[in-house]
Amino acid sequence: MPKITCINDYDGSRWELNVDSGCSVMEATVNNNVPGIVAECGGSCSCATCHVYVDESWLGKLEEATQEEKDLIEFLDGARSNSRLSCQVLLTDELDGLTLRIPESQE
Amino acid sequence: MGNDSYSEAMLGDGPRSRVVIVGAGHGGANAAAFLRQKGFGGEVILIGEEPVMPYQRPPLSKAYIADHMSVEDLYLKPTQFYRDQGIELRLGTRVAEVNPEGKFVSFSDGTTLEYDVLILATGAAPRSLDVPGSDLTGIQELRTIADAGRLRDLIPSSGHLVVVGGGYIGLEVAAVCQTNGVRVTVIEREDRLLARVASVELSKVLTAYHQERGTNILTSDSVVGFAGGADGAVRSVILSDGTEIACGGVLTGIGAVPCDALACGAGLHCDNGIVVDEQSRTSDRWIFAIGDVTRRPLPNRTDLFRMESIPSAVEQAGQAVAAIMGGPQPKPEVPWFWSDQFNLKLKMAGLVHEGEEVIARNSLEGFKIAFFHVRGENVVAVETINSPGEFMAGKRFIEKNARVDLTKLADSSVPLQGVLV
Repeated sequence: MPKITCINDYDGSRWELNVDSGCSVMEATVNNNVPGIVAECGGSCSCATCHVYVDESWLGKLEEATQEEKDLIEFLDGARSNSRLSCQVLLTDELDGLTLRIPESQE
Repeated sequence: MGNDSYSEAMLGDGPRSRVVIVGAGHGGANAAAFLRQKGFGGEVILIGEEPVMPYQRPPLSKAYIADHMSVEDLYLKPTQFYRDQGIELRLGTRVAEVNPEGKFVSFSDGTTLEYDVLILATGAAPRSLDVPGSDLTGIQELRTIADAGRLRDLIPSSGHLVVVGGGYIGLEVAAVCQTNGVRVTVIEREDRLLARVASVELSKVLTAYHQERGTNILTSDSVVGFAGGADGAVRSVILSDGTEIACGGVLTGIGAVPCDALACGAGLHCDNGIVVDEQSRTSDRWIFAIGDVTRRPLPNRTDLFRMESIPSAVEQAGQAVAAIMGGPQPKPEVPWFWSDQFNLKLKMAGLVHEGEEVIARNSLEGFKIAFFHVRGENVVAVETINSPGEFMAGKRFIEKNARVDLTKLADSSVPLQGVLV
């Protein structure tokens, strides 16, 4: 059961979540009512309302984003090189300790 | 502020305050979650008419009727969420009346529930097709999970499904039928598909795409009745010119009407939908309304709109909660919509008006199409198929009122970042 940390850039609040392997970062945050992850489309890589920044040291451990995800991110408010859509990041035991930031723009 | 602020009542150390939310769809469930996110410590009671946990509606016309999702897969939040968040669910419960003077709602059994703030999120209901024979079995509308369950059973047994109404729901269901080898005919009263919501250009592309896959599309045709067999089940659809189309099932998808009866009965200002301000407040300051049931303002527009979209419902949930908690209002969002048909991902932003200049930006690679609707040098709406980059860029251009070079915009070899003036 991986443990992840979310830091909300809006108010600096921290969330330590114990998550089931196989669930997406989006599901983990929504199920714990973490502010800033809205996920309007329910996780179908359509709405880009689940934007997160992945701690640089973890980026390489994630599966690469699809072209569709990259295209959605390009014009997103606050997009950075470590931006991901959290509905597309699946949690595995190897990601135990993953740290994410929730952009201020999502508040 | 004093009187205009809810926050004292909501956050004070006095007796616990109570927010009652009527309607447990996307709007209602998100409002409940947002209240807790913003630190509301009083009671949150979420009342839903359907006897099922709050769920996502969009998959009902897609993956759910194609049998690719279970009921649990549709849930907006896991069951545990509501316990964890201290949100009381009252499902299978119908509110009979709202009493704004006494600040309580009443139920059909005569019991009442007082509120400090009430949020109405009662949604919309399918417009009914009132023609002879419409009470036959095998004629289905689609709004709820129960409707979807019946439609899922009806599709394979129908042999031929007739869809009345060429809107998004009708086309999504038609795509599921074709994909599963069930013959389907779409009948639209207007002279083209999606007449109320999409441009002529997008209509054309989608019509051809559906026809090439075998869907029979009839436009400028209206249904005047249904004929049934001895078993009371629909056997054919009768058109205004007398044509009879044999079928084994019918889906009616001719639009939705706002469920504003509770609000109208309570004397709130309604005009084919509950009229709300930019903070989702109704004409009663202790009652908010959000989602499909509302007639709402939009940024830079003087008229009011009924939006019927999840992004709008979620945005309004955020507005209402911000107003209740005395926090800053969320950033206004450009209206947007999505639809999935076959392997096409459609995404639209902004509102389309006929007669606007349309710039096509298409790629021959794959089936990628984008129609930018422009006024002068400004993008006012964008309709896209399999083009997430164009969609996001267009939505951003609309939001920022950005000036674009129309020639570059039409050239898909010019990167989108490079089309700005």
